Amino acid sequence: MELDVSTRDDGIAVVVPRGRLNMVSARQLKETLSDLVAGGSARIVVDLGETTFLDSSGLGALIGGLKAARQAGGDLRVARPTPAVVSVFELTNLDRVLRARESVETAFDA
Amino acid sequence: MSPRRAEPAALSPEAAERRRRHRLLQIRIVVVLTALLGLNYVTWRWLFSVNWDAWWIGVPLVLAETYSLIDSLLFGLGMWRLRERGEPPPAPPDLTVDVFIATYNEPIDLVMTTARAAKAITYPHRTWVLDDGNRPEMRAAAEAEGIGWLTRSADWVGMPRHAKAGNLNNALLNTDGEFMLILDADQIPMPEILDRTLGYFTDEKMALVQTPQWFVNVPDDDPLGSQAPLFYGPIQQGKDGWNSAFFCGSNAVIRREALMQLGISRYVQEVETGVERALRTARSVVRRSRAGLGPEEHEVRAALDTILADIDGARRDLARDVPLFDVTFAFQQRVAAVRASLVADDLATLQEDLAVLAELEEIAEDPDIHLGSMDAGELGQVLARDLSPLAAVEAVETLVRAIDVDRGGEAQAIMPLATISVTEDMATCMRLHTMGWHSAYHDEVLAHGLAPEDLQTMLVQRLRWAQGTVQVMFRENPLVQKGLTLPQRLMYFATMWSYLSGFAAIVYIGAPVVYLMIGVLPVQALSTEFFLRLVPFLVVNQLLFWLVADGRPTWRGQQYSLALFPVWIKSFTSAFGNVFLNRPLDFAVTPKTKQEPTGPAWHLVRPQLWAIGLLLAAMVVGTIRILAGQANTAGALFNMVWVAFDLLIFSVIIKAARYRGFEPPEPSSDLQSDPPTDIAAPAREGAT
Repeated sequence: MELDVSTRDDGIAVVVPRGRLNMVSARQLKETLSDLVAGGSARIVVDLGETTFLDSSGLGALIGGLKAARQAGGDLRVARPTPAVVSVFELTNLDRVLRARESVETAFDA
Repeated sequence: MSPRRAEPAALSPEAAERRRRHRLLQIRIVVVLTALLGLNYVTWRWLFSVNWDAWWIGVPLVLAETYSLIDSLLFGLGMWRLRERGEPPPAPPDLTVDVFIATYNEPIDLVMTTARAAKAITYPHRTWVLDDGNRPEMRAAAEAEGIGWLTRSADWVGMPRHAKAGNLNNALLNTDGEFMLILDADQIPMPEILDRTLGYFTDEKMALVQTPQWFVNVPDDDPLGSQAPLFYGPIQQGKDGWNSAFFCGSNAVIRREALMQLGISRYVQEVETGVERALRTARSVVRRSRAGLGPEEHEVRAALDTILADIDGARRDLARDVPLFDVTFAFQQRVAAVRASLVADDLATLQEDLAVLAELEEIAEDPDIHLGSMDAGELGQVLARDLSPLAAVEAVETLVRAIDVDRGGEAQAIMPLATISVTEDMATCMRLHTMGWHSAYHDEVLAHGLAPEDLQTMLVQRLRWAQGTVQVMFRENPLVQKGLTLPQRLMYFATMWSYLSGFAAIVYIGAPVVYLMIGVLPVQALSTEFFLRLVPFLVVNQLLFWLVADGRPTWRGQQYSLALFPVWIKSFTSAFGNVFLNRPLDFAVTPKTKQEPTGPAWHLVRPQLWAIGLLLAAMVVGTIRILAGQANTAGALFNMVWVAFDLLIFSVIIKAARYRGFEPPEPSSDLQSDPPTDIAAPAREGAT
């Protein structure tokens, strides 16, 4: 997995995991997210559009990042999940609490 | 050579399969016979044979017999699908595996012996010592030999530790193998343990493979009933047949994805329950504060009304299945805005509120209290003082934040291993089955363990198992778990049911004593019909045991399932007190080191000694009453046979109390590497 990290003009950080987000790469994502929060970017969008595979460890990393962001007064949003990724959300019922957004740009609207 | 191979090497696969089918057919015939004869006997007892005039002993006896019949039917249900898996499928190459050795305070040498053996496992893997004692010398010893060392991360400071489950949960989030082998510190693995188990995971739904626990420091006659040849054998194989083989805490390989998926879905469930409760509590806090307002405080009242409306709105959204994190995020933003508007108005009362808020913060951080699990009434009591509006609003924020995304009361948001019971293994396994995962029992000894060598340690261990099992029954009754098949529910329930035997034991001791002492018969008559219905049932029941045991000893297990009746009763009452009355369990970690022998431990088995004394007294009184012509000779003799059987059962207690620990056999013996074929059975034996 490769991780692209960028910060938009409005201060929102965008993280794009490319490829397989599994038990091995989950820790990298978790660390990246907590580094972002520690560096003052507590509003984060994780763009799952390029994520070909996601397992429960990957979900765990997202929750870890969400926890860090909320504690810092911000939030973490996920956007553009592929059908494969959506099915993992549904399998664990995570979709009941964490709503995936349709686009990265509008992830923090509403 | 390993103690129990999966398959006798001499048989071809076809011959082995024929043997298995033949054996299963025999077992099924006897299962049906046992069920029919048992139902026939107990139905007749209820309808025609209870001595209602002596109901105080007649009814307990027929209830105890009904208990035993249900136990026997559940056992039969398992045996119906007895699954002998034979040779395991070959382990696929290139899987990533972590081997975990869980330790708390065991001696470094003992842990390192296991760790070295774990490192020597042939399938490529990484070995980790999970040191809950956080001992520098343990770390040094492990790292000196290239073995990983993990202890709780900083997240756990001041949080509930959850014993072994917490230790494993911590390790899970700090490693990344696809599979993990879990070992207790005193279970020394054999080099082929992974090669013989990983193959089962080619089934993508396979979450868990359990292998037996077998102990090397146990003499042939197994006075403490340490070996569990019937449980780690036919009972697990029966459960396996219904896809409900149990996880037993050690010597098992688990798929990480299964545990993580379980952890995420539990997290979602607990956040949902916690937020719902927090909102309810928040509502009553704000209402009370509002009621204390003076008539002129319009602005404050309006602010509190806004928050009440927000709380109701949030609850409505949740009920409409709006994703929870959206609801709580919006809610917290609105509450923060209201608070900002209140701050200016409310500076005067701020000072006195600070004390209350500090108290609330303490509660949120107290490792023994979970905000998420407290109900509105409990929290209301904690917040008995009416809060000023500002404090009330801050309380709302703290409440919702504490159980929201953060799970502020826990070290990790995700807790894959269940923490509801002192035996995390069974609860976790049941939840995995609920989610549709598979498990397998591979009947081959692949690790050599150490059993307790003194009565006290053994009693603590049995009590712990029993308490954990009963806790799960009370907290997550398998009979009502959605997602389990009916046989799966019954397989879990069977084990819990078997721990109720303590109550039946009292009746089985009491009934013959009552008859011999005062001549009261709990049944209508000891007629020919009574024996014609009872004896065949007892015979086929023993035949079934003999058949499924297939040469494994079962007597020790039968003895302990009755002889430990005080332990089983205590497990039941203490778990009841813990689950429903919030009392502590008095839980103790099983010591892994030998306790110093101090002479026979009679004080640990007083209730059993009383029972033995009572049975002997009944023999004497019964004899006198026969000689004096006061007793029906045939009836008294029958009850004397019953008493003699009870005494034979309880004789194991004398043996156990006098046991001085394991002495390794003479060097000429090969006991260490090859277990005897007549190893005796443990208390868990009764467990089906």
